[in-house]
Amino acid sequence: MSAENLEREPLFSAKNKKLLLGPINKDNPITIQVLGICSALAVTVKLEPAVVMAISVTVVIAVSNLVISLLRNTIPPRIRIIVQLVVIAALVILVDQFLKAYVYDVSKQLSVFVGLIITNCIIMGRLEAFAMANKPWPSLLDGIGNGIGYGIILIIIAFFRELLGSGTIWGIHVIPKFLYDFGYVNNGMMILPPMALITVGIIIWVQRSRNRELIEKN
Amino acid sequence: MKALRKYIDKIKPQFQHGGRFGMLHSTFDAFETFLFVPNKTTYAGSHIRDYVDMKRTMIIVVIALVPALLFGIWNVGFQHFRSTLETVTLWDQFFFGLIKVLPIIVVSYVVGLGIEFTFAQVRKHEINEGFLVSGMLIPLIMPPGIPLWMVAVSTAFAVIIGKEVFGGTGMNLLNPALTARAFLFFAYPAHISGDRVWIAEKADAFSGATPLSQAASSIDSGVNELTYSFQDMFLGIIPGSIGETSALAILLGAFILVVTGIGSLRIMLSVVAGGVVMGGLLNLWGANTYMEIPLHYHLVMGGFAFGTVFMATDPVTATQTNRGKLIYGFLIGVFAVLIRVLNPAYPEGMMLAILLMNVFAPLIDHYVVEGNIKRRFRRMKPAKA
Repeated sequence: MSAENLEREPLFSAKNKKLLLGPINKDNPITIQVLGICSALAVTVKLEPAVVMAISVTVVIAVSNLVISLLRNTIPPRIRIIVQLVVIAALVILVDQFLKAYVYDVSKQLSVFVGLIITNCIIMGRLEAFAMANKPWPSLLDGIGNGIGYGIILIIIAFFRELLGSGTIWGIHVIPKFLYDFGYVNNGMMILPPMALITVGIIIWVQRSRNRELIEKN
Repeated sequence: MKALRKYIDKIKPQFQHGGRFGMLHSTFDAFETFLFVPNKTTYAGSHIRDYVDMKRTMIIVVIALVPALLFGIWNVGFQHFRSTLETVTLWDQFFFGLIKVLPIIVVSYVVGLGIEFTFAQVRKHEINEGFLVSGMLIPLIMPPGIPLWMVAVSTAFAVIIGKEVFGGTGMNLLNPALTARAFLFFAYPAHISGDRVWIAEKADAFSGATPLSQAASSIDSGVNELTYSFQDMFLGIIPGSIGETSALAILLGAFILVVTGIGSLRIMLSVVAGGVVMGGLLNLWGANTYMEIPLHYHLVMGGFAFGTVFMATDPVTATQTNRGKLIYGFLIGVFAVLIRVLNPAYPEGMMLAILLMNVFAPLIDHYVVEGNIKRRFRRMKPAKA
């Protein structure tokens, strides 16, 4: 028994809380590290697929972080990427089968992007940067935190894109009918991918003007 | 004049830092320099300060737009009464057009300047003059029947996303007025394409097809459906965006810009050359009816003339080097005709061509400058050896 195991730190120590909550704002995978942009553009036309995607990614990233962290001392460094990919791929197939079984419509909308979770840079990034060097519990928290940080941005983008692009939220019409009678028209550009990119840009802008220390100095 | 100067000098201290309206300093500064040429002197380096500063430059462009604007206002009325088959006086036509066009201009200026002033106050910098021109260009490239709130939304988008996020006038990559139009085109396609929108309050029985849409539909039918003569299109008595129809009025504007040295003749001519060359090539190819349209028609159809004179020459988004200007202009002409003819889904190729080349302008400049450096190095070497 080493010395550090003797004095156990509490489950939600300040350090662990930071692992969980940091990625939601100041260390956000999308807006700060700019990872995982591709799926943020592809699945955010409607709110429902975005939420499902956010949950799927969170599950995959949390569980794979946990598994890799448990295996971290037995993985030979030379083949670590392959091992990581096997773990992620297995989890993604599980998630895919689960979605097909229980939410078939959404699974059809997400189509190839569920499979592409394997290549999501956030997951590989967290495995390499965190799970390979940390214990299981902090790794799990880190995975959940990053998954939520990714999911929150996805949901914000999808909310605005669905509201302005289709006039609905979760498939329910929210923009009152009399506005359409006045000549209001849904914004077709919100449905196109470039607008997701611009929305990400606006979120980054808002976030940085609220937290001045995030602005890079050159 | 004297009295105005005195009054401004009197209220000036209140707007200085620490004054009662200190926070509105940049607004005050904008109005003062708008009314009078600033008497600032520089201290370091060699600078020549000219009467023709940014504000005076921009105003000349607005003056150059006046022929196109006046003609456009009349044409809106003319097209409307032509579709309803009424015979009215010239004044009635002009008045109808004025009622349609003036609100669009007001909305564009109010929204755009409002955003510019807000940003200037928040960021505590001077108010940029760029919007004086953009605010006039935006209405001129809109269809006459466009809903006003769409003008407001697209202007706001263009000013915020197209300009302010890059740092304001002088920093933008894309021409703001074209950004507004492109936004409108992709966001509300039903209101800026098709045959219904180009004549204000069109009578249903009357076909409102523009030359471009007639040309595009002649691909499918196999016969040339163009009903307008070259002369009509040159004079501008055709349906279309408010200011873009009359090549004649635009030429007047081009004359003003070239004589005052504000618009680059080099860019204008190379755009025309690009259009003619591409039109000629397509004539030779001649695979469908659109390609067989005489090449000089391309210069007067749609927004080609307007884009050439007022959009491609925008000093901020165009290339800066002389050789770069030739390449940039030529490619705009080529792409405009190419997009028009080969992709009828985008009838207005000019808008997309200019935006595309706006993005490439810094790259072109970079290679021109690099090439110049290399050439001079080569010239130096034999002298050494």
